[in-house]
Amino acid sequence: MRIALPASLALALGAPLGAAAQTSTLAAPATAPSPDIAALRQEIAAIRDSYEARLRALEQRLQKAEAAAPAAAAQIAAPAPTAAPVTPPPASTAAAANAFNPAMSLILSGGYLRSSQDPASYRIRGFALPADAELGPGSRGFSLAESELGLSASIDPWWRGVANIALHPDNAVSVEEAHVQTTALGHGLTLKAGRFLSGVGYLNPQHAHTWDFADNPLAYQAMLGTQFADDGVQLRWLAPTDLFVELSAELGRGSSFPGGDSARNGAGMRSLSAHAGGDWGNSHSWRAGLSVLSAQADGLGLVGRSASGDELTRAFSGRTRVWIADAVWKWAPDGNATRTNFKLQGELLRSTRSGTLTDESGDSVATRAQQSGWYLQGVYQFMPAWRVGLRTERLSPGEPEAGWAAATRRPAKDTLMLDFSPSEFSRWRLQLANDRARDGAADRQISLQYQMSLGAHGAHGY
Amino acid sequence: MTIRKTLLLWLAWPALLMTSPAHASLRVLACEPEWGALAQELGGALLDVSAATGALQDPHQIQAKPSLIARARNADLLLCTGAELEVGWLPVLLQNSGNARLQAGQPGNFQAADFVRKLDVPAQLDRAQGDVHAAGNPHIQTDPRNIALVAKALAERLAQVDPAHAADYTRRHAEFAQRWQAAMARWATQAAPLKGLPVVSQHKAFVYLYDWLGLKEVAVLEPKPGVEPTASHLQAVQRTLKATPARMVLYAAYQDPKASEWLSKGSGLPSVKIPFTVGGTEGAKDLFGLFDDTLARLLAAAQASAAKP
Repeated sequence: MRIALPASLALALGAPLGAAAQTSTLAAPATAPSPDIAALRQEIAAIRDSYEARLRALEQRLQKAEAAAPAAAAQIAAPAPTAAPVTPPPASTAAAANAFNPAMSLILSGGYLRSSQDPASYRIRGFALPADAELGPGSRGFSLAESELGLSASIDPWWRGVANIALHPDNAVSVEEAHVQTTALGHGLTLKAGRFLSGVGYLNPQHAHTWDFADNPLAYQAMLGTQFADDGVQLRWLAPTDLFVELSAELGRGSSFPGGDSARNGAGMRSLSAHAGGDWGNSHSWRAGLSVLSAQADGLGLVGRSASGDELTRAFSGRTRVWIADAVWKWAPDGNATRTNFKLQGELLRSTRSGTLTDESGDSVATRAQQSGWYLQGVYQFMPAWRVGLRTERLSPGEPEAGWAAATRRPAKDTLMLDFSPSEFSRWRLQLANDRARDGAADRQISLQYQMSLGAHGAHGY
Repeated sequence: MTIRKTLLLWLAWPALLMTSPAHASLRVLACEPEWGALAQELGGALLDVSAATGALQDPHQIQAKPSLIARARNADLLLCTGAELEVGWLPVLLQNSGNARLQAGQPGNFQAADFVRKLDVPAQLDRAQGDVHAAGNPHIQTDPRNIALVAKALAERLAQVDPAHAADYTRRHAEFAQRWQAAMARWATQAAPLKGLPVVSQHKAFVYLYDWLGLKEVAVLEPKPGVEPTASHLQAVQRTLKATPARMVLYAAYQDPKASEWLSKGSGLPSVKIPFTVGGTEGAKDLFGLFDDTLARLLAAAQASAAKP
């Protein structure tokens, strides 16, 4: 094309000139050169000169245009006969008013549960917990799980906003997360403010739809209220090293268990975490860390059981400190997790409650209770789309106090799951659990669950 | 008190790590190996280039590993394909990196797909069509003409991010562009016998390659983009091939060759492993090798299938 254009121009402009020159040379020997002919020749020469000048000018302009936009020229020069019809990307044609709409996603989830014991009477023996604690496998039969509506977008060059609204099956709506986060602090610093899932441990900051099992481990249910979210601020700092080293500190209201929403001027929750991580070769990666979360309570009602099995409520005032050690190791051959991969993760939680417990008559006793628990789980993708997982967990309720009965055995649970993900956006899961958290016979649970997401393509953390 | 001391220790020890040696060169984090190789061509010793993914990894499905977050934290320039190829993991890296230089819209965030004409832009966006990309097919690196366009834009970006060495980048780019034009002329001659050949692809990963070489895609083994080939779909492909025969079946080095090999066995079509990016095969050591090897493999398969009756 580059060569063709000037050539064709020259041809088009040159042809009449050539023809004129030919007639003049043919005419020349026949007659003597007359002044008319000389004048004509001069005229033709002048015309030729002017055409040549114009041609040169055109060529120069063309060269200039090519130099200015080689990319555009190359694109024009390479039109593909086999190319699919090209339509402009929708983003560029979107109407101005909605072009700034945030990324929107909706998680749809539900399932079916069959259990040998009534989930309504579920409890973890030896652990006194708030009356409204979310425990156990959920309700029997068919049920809808939380639908989660997520919105996120950049606010301006310095902030990004995220909101996750949970729509509960009983038609209630709650704000699961709503926070703003800096994007331009630099130096490895990120500041978050609002309501967010605390960054302690490994599983705590992960959304329910990314869990590898249908429910959270017993240790999280017993010591962190299933998943600890709070209103406050979080500052994270990433070290400028090749090894991943992240430190994070949080100050919050302490609005949920193990906090008691003490509504004080200061912070009701403080936490610190440190995580490190890296790779071993191409196929292995790991992350491990240690976190501590400290929360205040003023008269938080805890419900335990007496030796005779009656519910016994005590008001707790004081501080609960939870230490969490977490580790995860992932394997994928050559780093390609599409075909097969394996993930091993484990966490150890230890909770120390110190303060006073007050009974109905107003009598207070000093308390210092230590409880702990752990889980270990492995999930193996044995072929594309199919994964199998096994989790085992144990809890230590510690010494009984304030009239609550001692646990006869340590709560324990073993879970087996199989899931199938036809695409990145949908997952079906079958889970079998042998749950020995409550007194009496083991609770055998079979659950079938679906989890699907629509809208914006979510990005998942490690 | 002991707890407080422990916490202080935890806070203090990473400070020691901060005294790592200072980097004089510009640190470049390439999302895919081909862009790492291109940066190496244009920057040489001026750059400290690392690739986030390898040639044997599926670039759609990368884990936002701690090591990648650490590298994003320290990078001066991020070099990615864009067009939503990295949508499942790159946002996590950027949000956790605490690195203002790499955020979208900053000069340190370079998206190669912004500088080329994209093919396969869906007219209708619906996930029922599989893992479609709104911005068009993101596998732009399989056409050397795209590499040339990206190289020019990248040289300009390097000069913008590292103005002290602007002249070096311009000079190195001029040299590279010359060598690349010569190589493209050579490839065009070599590839002449491939023009118009009907082929089958395992994933819709080669539209730009086909556009360049004039190959014709008659079938795709994945029923929808990103969905594993199913037995029933493979049988449908076989029926299609009876009506419109193909000459070879192509799969990328990072893919499971099972589906391609199955079709190859059943139909006698040669199955061709395409390096797809730098490092995908032995021969694809750099960008020049990538296309040399791709062409050599395609030509060998074309010859093998032509020899058969």
